[in-house]
This record gives sequence, C-alpha cells and structure tokens, in this order.
Amino acid sequence: MKLPIYLDNNATTQLDHRVFEVMTPFFLENYGNAASKSHAFGWKAEEAVDYAREQIATLIGANEKEIIFTSGATESNNLAIKGVYEMYAAKGNHFITVSTEHKAVLDACKHLEKLGAEITYLQVGGDGLIKVEQIEEAIKSNTVLVSVMYGNNELGVIQPIREIGKLCNSKGVLFHTDATQTVGKIHVDVLADNIDLMSFTAHKMYGPKGVGALYVRRKNPRVKVTAQMDGGGHERGMRSGTLNVTGIVGFGKACELARLEMESEAKRLSQLRDKLENALLKLEESYVNGSSEHRLPHTTNISFKYVEGEGLMMGIKDIAVSSGSACTSASLEPSYVLKNLGLDDELAHSSLRFGLGRFTTEEEIDYTIDCVTEAVNKLRDMSPLWEMFKEGIDLKSVQWSEH
Amino acid sequence: MAYSDKVVDHYTNPRNIGTLDKSSKTVGTGLVGAPECGDVMRLQIQVNDVTGMIEDAKFKTFGCGSAIASSSLATEWLKGKTIDQALEIDNMDIVEELALPPVKIHCSVLAEDAIRSAINDYRIKQGLEPLVAEKSHH
Repeated sequence: MKLPIYLDNNATTQLDHRVFEVMTPFFLENYGNAASKSHAFGWKAEEAVDYAREQIATLIGANEKEIIFTSGATESNNLAIKGVYEMYAAKGNHFITVSTEHKAVLDACKHLEKLGAEITYLQVGGDGLIKVEQIEEAIKSNTVLVSVMYGNNELGVIQPIREIGKLCNSKGVLFHTDATQTVGKIHVDVLADNIDLMSFTAHKMYGPKGVGALYVRRKNPRVKVTAQMDGGGHERGMRSGTLNVTGIVGFGKACELARLEMESEAKRLSQLRDKLENALLKLEESYVNGSSEHRLPHTTNISFKYVEGEGLMMGIKDIAVSSGSACTSASLEPSYVLKNLGLDDELAHSSLRFGLGRFTTEEEIDYTIDCVTEAVNKLRDMSPLWEMFKEGIDLKSVQWSEH
Repeated sequence: MAYSDKVVDHYTNPRNIGTLDKSSKTVGTGLVGAPECGDVMRLQIQVNDVTGMIEDAKFKTFGCGSAIASSSLATEWLKGKTIDQALEIDNMDIVEELALPPVKIHCSVLAEDAIRSAINDYRIKQGLEPLVAEKSHH
C-alpha cells in the first residue's frame, strides 16, 4: 500500500490511465483546431470531438447536439444561470435555488440579484434534502428557473431530482441541475429526470481538469441560453472559444468508462464506504451528516464530537480528506452546508468528508479506520470538551468567552 | 498549508497534557475560546504560594494543530516562572517561536488569554484583585 492515501475524490479524481492514453496523440500529433474546416488537421480534431460528444451524451441519455463544452462545472453553472436570466428576461426574473448549492450556483445567483433578479433560497431539512412541495410553493408566475444540485459535494446526499423535474415540467419552469458529483457515479438520465440544463465536469470522473459540459435540452422544450463568452460562435453560439480537443477526447473516454463500469463500481464503493462508516461510528459521539438513505455511493461525512476537524486532519496526515472546519479562513466560519442542516457550529467544526474513488482499495480503508480511530482517541484525551462531556457537564450551560 | 516543524513537534508530542485540581487554592484555571469557534483552551497553573513560582502547568485544547502547539508551548514556558514573569509572555513571542502564519495568530492570542485567565483565577482564589484592563494584542 502506498502512502498518502487519497480519499478526497469529491474534490477531484486521479486521471485514469486509459483516459490518458487516448488523450496523448492530441497533444503532439493531432493538434488541429476543431473549427478548421479546410484541412485534415481540423477534420481529425472535429471527428474526435464529435466522437467524444457522443460518448458523453450516451452516458446521460442525451443527444450529442445537446452537449455544450465549457471549461468545467463552474463555467457550466454560470452559463446556465446567467444565460437563462438573459435569454428569458421577457418571461420573468424569479429563480429558485437551495441554500446548500455549490458557490458557483449561489454566487451566480447573487450576481443576478444585483442585476434585478429575485432569488428564492430554499432551506434543506436536517437530512440535507429539499422537499418537492417546498419548490411547488415557491414557484410563482414570474419564475423562470429552478436550480437544484443533484448530489451534494460535501454530504453526498441526492436530491429528489426526478420529482423536481416533473414538477418544473408541469409548471412550465426550466430546471437546471448541478450534477458535478453525480454524473459517472450513478445513473443519470436527462429525459427520465426532466432535466433542461445540467452541469458536469470531467475531472470528477477520472478525466482531465479544465473541461466540462452543459447539457442544454433541444426538444420539449427547446432551451437556449445567452452566451456569456462571445467570439467565434462555437457550440451553437452558446459558448465561443477554441475547443479543448485533448481534454474533450479525455472527457469522452472518461464518460464511456463510467458508463461501462458504473454499476459494479457503485456497488463496490458503497460497500467500502459502509465498512468505513460503520467502523468509525463505533467511536462514541460520532454522527453521519445528511441522509444515509439518499446519497452517492462513495461519500460519507462524519462528525466526531469534541474533536476539531483541522486538528484531526493533522493527526491523519497520510490520509487526504477534507473538513467542514474552516479554521484557516479569516472568518473562522465552518461549512455553510453543514450549518444549513441545522448542525451546531461545534459539530460542523468536528466533521470530516471521506470521498472514495475508483482507485480506493479495501486495504486503504482498513488503514484509514485504524488511523482515524487512533487520532480521534488521542485528540479526545487532550480535549477539554471531551473531559467536560465525560464529567456530565452540559457544554451549552458554560459561559464561553468571546473570541 | 504546511505546518512548521515546531508546530508538528508540539502536536505530535504535546507537553504537559492533563488536569490539575481546579478546586485547589493554589491552582489557577483559565478556560478560553468557544466550541462554536473551533478553539477551546484550558490552561492550569500550580503556584507555590510562598515563592509565587509556577511549579506545574497543564493544558487541554480543542482546536487545530496550531492551537494545540500554542498551548503546549505556553505550559512549557510557564513552568519555573513567577506570576509576574508569566504575565510578560506575549502572543507574538508564541507566533515567532512556532512560526505561525497570519491566519493562525488567533491561536497565540488565545494562549495568551488563557495564561491571563489562569493567573486571574489564581489571584481571585488568593483574595487578590483580578488583573484589570487586558493589554492590547498585536
């Protein structure tokens, strides 16, 4: 087993060798511009892009013409939200989204608020999930778009996308989903889910960084977004800029591999994840954050009460994970996603996110279990809060000093 | 962000973890920070009431590596000092010794607060006036 162990696959994933292999000729030999229509270099590039477009579309049940290439999911989210706002200005200016969305969605919405949009931010329940009824109640005559993320990056919880899609369809409201963490991990079908716009990216599914896509529905209804990047009119006029051919080729291959291996891989990962989770939950006062029922197979987010997340990460330095604690940020604010579940700040500070991936082995999980258990016990031995808890002191009754 | 060797050393081999009898008249206890801020330090001193010398110091800390290292270092420095000498420990000394980056300066501030708070607790137990105005931090 090689150290350090990578369990931060919700941040990014390792490029699959099979993906790397198909990409290499496009760095040195096939360097043509896919928009060059007059020579073989361009044709070759265009052919490769078309093939990748098909591989990507097939994974999500779309038509290849519905794939708009971008630089990644952040750009896709921006294009979807700002692009719909501009394109459908005559129809209305009200958007609905959720407080636990990724910053790329929330900050794009905040930007639109300054331009005169009205945004409703719905609150999730303690399990991290939104209810379809909340969306139904929030839809008004001037609502243009509902944007709800598919699987949450911090918790892994999966929102009721199919029900939301059905509702939006029946109300004539466009539906965008940020499926960055979801595509390639579980089966996503844009038709069955009634999705109109969907953001996703290659590097979360063992593809390269710097390339993503926005799915834009072409039929029932035909959806259009105003370009946020002007220029040569690439991607049906919705996103100008020379295509990242090498990246796109890798993205296509990554999607194909995901499609072929997803089912068995999801099963393997959820078993490993459950093993890890069950072992860590044996520690006293440890809790899973978010729904355990509706979630991605490879993610778990656990709070170890009375232990601070960043301190804990230092104790497991051979394991790469992330924490809901934000001790390093100037604001000292812990994760807004965890806070939105109604978690005490203290529990949010005590959380670790484990993101398993294609290259995670059982041996690594066993090592992680031992390592985290040992570190939690060690830090609790030096935690004044743990001592107070053990003495039966209610921490809420303590007058804490201002900080 | 990489931690300095000294922070790693204090985190891995913390000095003086433990608990002194907080009901003792010669023990001063300082509990500072708050769980919701992600940092709580408890620092205790055992004072010889004849010589005024700090004979023992213990800590427990809930927090990041820098917070643990700051309090561990503080206990090391406190032992063998008089109360007056202890009051001279400045948070910037801790910053310098541990090479704390700017985002971690609050950890050193907390450690200095913990020292003052422990000394105050001791003074009150001894029937002395608590220290007045907090000196300003850097």
